[in-house]
Amino acid sequence: MGEVLAFWFFAALTIGCALLALLHRNVVNSAFALLGTLLGLAGFYVLLAADFLAMTQVLIYAGGILVLILFGLMLTPPVTNERRFGRILVAVAVVGLGAVAFWEKARGAVWHAAAREELAAPAGTVREIGLEFLRRDSWLLPFELASVVLLAGLVGAVYIARRRFPREDV
Amino acid sequence: MELSAYLAVAALLFLIGLVMVAARRNLIYVLMGLELILNAANLNLVAFNRFRPEGMEGHLDGQIGAVFVIILAAAEAAIALAIVLNIHSLFETIRPDDIDTLKD
Repeated sequence: MGEVLAFWFFAALTIGCALLALLHRNVVNSAFALLGTLLGLAGFYVLLAADFLAMTQVLIYAGGILVLILFGLMLTPPVTNERRFGRILVAVAVVGLGAVAFWEKARGAVWHAAAREELAAPAGTVREIGLEFLRRDSWLLPFELASVVLLAGLVGAVYIARRRFPREDV
Repeated sequence: MELSAYLAVAALLFLIGLVMVAARRNLIYVLMGLELILNAANLNLVAFNRFRPEGMEGHLDGQIGAVFVIILAAAEAAIALAIVLNIHSLFETIRPDDIDTLKD
């Protein structure tokens, strides 16, 4: 019972904040609405017995990527005079496509995976995930490659973002 | 809750992210929509990991895949924002429609 309540609470938080972020005209408010979505997803991860992932979600998404997006907002000018009509047209087209896909899924065979039973939750996943990352025949190579990717991303971001086009007014 | 409830939430989230990418006229919104799409995929991965088939009790591959998605999303956000800043200093705008130098 409590789990069902928690599911609906997190579902309302996630979807509601995502809709708010989509529909709000002010981009700063949209970014803060995105914070609600990311925290709701962390709650989903707790419900799905993924405690390490929930912590990672809060730390990296809510703490890192969102701050990065806010910095991007502060360093760029706001976009005015959005053309509403084209926007609504695209939104209707995408939602229609999605509704068709959703309906096909709901009535078709793709959805029958839902019949699976929920298994007993493990006591904690941090230790298991750490061991999986460092076992040689499992995820060790992708783990090390991820660190190389992060280093390349760090150097690349600094290189790309440096000021190359000096403006006259500064 | 059963698996399909989580899948429905993830599908809705993916849809909202897709509309955000396609319909908003601001590169920052495009980035936020991309994050929503990646998060929807992550929710699917974790939900399928929770409801994995019989005989796979010890496996956490779905969660580990989600961790990799988060790692790559962080790198992507940093690079994409650097590119947006560059576009802003070069074109003086961050509307995707106005950046059409290659078009003609």
